[in-house]
Amino acid sequence: MSNKMLEIKNLHAEINGKEILKGIDLTVNEGEVHAIMGPNGSGKSTLAAVITGKPGYEVTKGEILFYGKNILELPAEERALMGIFLSFQYPVEIPGVTMMNFLKAAVNAKRKYEGKEEMSAAEFLRFIREKQKLVEMDTNLTNRAVNEGFSGGEKKKNEIFQMAVLKPKLSILDETDSGLDIDALRVVANGVNKLRSPERSFIVITHYQRLLDYIVPDIVHILYKGKIVKTAGKELALELEEKGYGWIKEQF
Amino acid sequence: MAKKDDDILKKVTGSEYEFGFVSDINEEIFPPGLNEDIIRKISEKKNEPEWMLDFRLKAYRKWKSMGMPDWAHLRIPEINYQAISYFAAPKKPKYNSLDEVDPEILETFNKLGIPLEEQLVLAGVAVDAIVDSSSVKTTFKETLSNLGIIFCSISEAIQDHPDLVKKYLASVVPVGDNYFAALNSAVFSDGSFVYIPKGVRCPMELSSYFRINAANTGQFERTLIIADEGSFVSYLEGCTAPQRDETQLHAAVVEIIVHKDAEVKYSTVQNWYPGDKDGKGGIFNFVTKRGICEGENSKLTWAQVETGSAITWKYPSTILKGDNSISEFYSVAVTNNHQQADTGTKMIHIGKNTKSRIVSKGISAGYSENSYRGLVKVMKGAENARNYSQCDSLLMGDKCGAHTFPYMEVENKTGVVEHEATTSKVSEEQIFYCNQRGISTEDAVGLIVNGYAKEVIKQLPMEFAVEAQKLLQITLEGSVG
Ligand SMILES: Nc1ncnc2c1ncn2[C@@H]1O[C@H](COP(=O)(O)OP(=O)(O)OP(=O)(O)O)[C@@H](O)[C@H]1O
Ligand SMILES: [Mg+2]
Repeated sequence: MSNKMLEIKNLHAEINGKEILKGIDLTVNEGEVHAIMGPNGSGKSTLAAVITGKPGYEVTKGEILFYGKNILELPAEERALMGIFLSFQYPVEIPGVTMMNFLKAAVNAKRKYEGKEEMSAAEFLRFIREKQKLVEMDTNLTNRAVNEGFSGGEKKKNEIFQMAVLKPKLSILDETDSGLDIDALRVVANGVNKLRSPERSFIVITHYQRLLDYIVPDIVHILYKGKIVKTAGKELALELEEKGYGWIKEQF
Repeated sequence: MAKKDDDILKKVTGSEYEFGFVSDINEEIFPPGLNEDIIRKISEKKNEPEWMLDFRLKAYRKWKSMGMPDWAHLRIPEINYQAISYFAAPKKPKYNSLDEVDPEILETFNKLGIPLEEQLVLAGVAVDAIVDSSSVKTTFKETLSNLGIIFCSISEAIQDHPDLVKKYLASVVPVGDNYFAALNSAVFSDGSFVYIPKGVRCPMELSSYFRINAANTGQFERTLIIADEGSFVSYLEGCTAPQRDETQLHAAVVEIIVHKDAEVKYSTVQNWYPGDKDGKGGIFNFVTKRGICEGENSKLTWAQVETGSAITWKYPSTILKGDNSISEFYSVAVTNNHQQADTGTKMIHIGKNTKSRIVSKGISAGYSENSYRGLVKVMKGAENARNYSQCDSLLMGDKCGAHTFPYMEVENKTGVVEHEATTSKVSEEQIFYCNQRGISTEDAVGLIVNGYAKEVIKQLPMEFAVEAQKLLQITLEGSVG
């Protein structure tokens, strides 16, 4: 009964002539939370980059459908506007651009895409304050530049904050939990859980079972050497925590 | 996917110079060439007094003895000064009301996004609209003249206020100051003249829009601004030019005199045609702008956004002569494609307790070359002089160049001169981060660039600031892949 949101079929992608993704099949239905785990360098961030349309990657085979529409030819901003969000493993600093102006540009781009009017200044301020509370972010957004001088944890929280502001249909969290203290981890998980709904889906890339205690996944995949080598329920994450990747590496 | 990026790049870089078009106005143009006869003819055409003709001839002789400056970080193609026509004027020179103005001229302004009527009526900006060399319309003159303010074309000032012109013309930029200043002094076509009397605050921004309009006609603007004791004026200069294949020479001279307790703010948005993507065509802009803080406690502020021209050679400078005088220089210079800019400022401290501040923001993209050249000079008698300079460069892509040439000459031990410089780069990662939040590449570049240039933009008068922000974005469209 659940609708297909994201369908990845036999995806092959390379960068600088080197094949990184070697035939990925993945279907995410509306309302589902998928976890993707896998050793360093297996291609998790690459998959996120290809889904979101980061330049520099060449898709050599396969397709990515979002609500049945092939998105591979669409520029990154259009995919974002369609509702695909990436919480970056390494959020980028943009000196000189205040968080407030950045958010305004993002929110207005989205509203324009949806055929809505721009928010008034007061409305926008109220809206942003509310979201800030949600992720317990007390940073002054009017005088801080995007991610500039943010601590590692603050950067990650800032990603979740932006997710809360933009309310995407599909959120890809690329190791949003790494480098977080326990409180921040809870905040991030809260941010996700508050957004969870039958229409929204998540792909949570992580190395640790710990995050999955808070954000309970429906399905867990293991990505290894550019392929999804195992898919199971949430118990797979526990198994990995216990056994490590040795047994996977032996098998493939 | 690589191919797709290419297409996107092409699409955004494909937005050719927006203001590039030619308007067809009935003009009288001199044959190309420069000699004493031509200068006599210019002077005659403008019905100038003898002293003005002498001034021009002296300048011409001086110019002939000089050579092009070659110290700037620029590759300047050979300029054939004999192939340039030195005079062009709309045939009907004067209008009493807007209705009399050639509708084509009005249309031209509209295309430029400068609705003259609106500018005049709504914004309360007096516009000294110069189409080519002659003044077509000077407005709001009455309001101003009630305050004793003189705001007219320099040609009119030569006729109506010869004493003021004689006293101040070439008093800040001597005829032989440099090659281009000498050329300008010999052949200047028209420009603006401003005089603010003692104790008067000019109630509106004085503004003049410039336009090069006739093919192969060099434009030689001459501007003279005098702020008498305790007065204040904010002056705006802005320009866009039509797209041309021929190389067009622009050599303006601006002189500003600021008396005791007076303040002048001079803002520029410069958007001359920069040439096409391959570096063909475009304006050569060799400008001499200089002001003198003549009296005590006087202040001169330069604020400029430079996005146009194929070649820019420009160093608005201040001579801080009066004790406690202050000068500030805020500049954003953008170069894209094959543009070259060598710009900066000079702050010459002569008086005691003089202060200067320099904020220069260079942005280079494409294959362009962008140089900052600045001189801070503290003379022997300048006790307690202070200067702070901040020179930042922002690079877009890796085929462009940014250079900083700061010179400091401090002859008084009590002087404090500080210089800071940074270089940063707009990365594809930053653009992708914006894209991933739904922000288009153009808007992302706009955000980043305007964030970077904020300190300068906020110095501009409101209506200029908005225009300048748009200009920065348009100029840099497609500069980040
Ligand atoms: N620009 C590039 N050129 C060549 N190889 C690259 C490039 N970018 C990434 N790779 C390689 O692609 C592989 C997959 O990298 P990716 O970042 O997707 O791994 P990951 O699964 O996210 O790892 P981690 O858990 O460490 O974040 C790695 O071997 C990496 O070195
Ligand atoms: Mg990764």
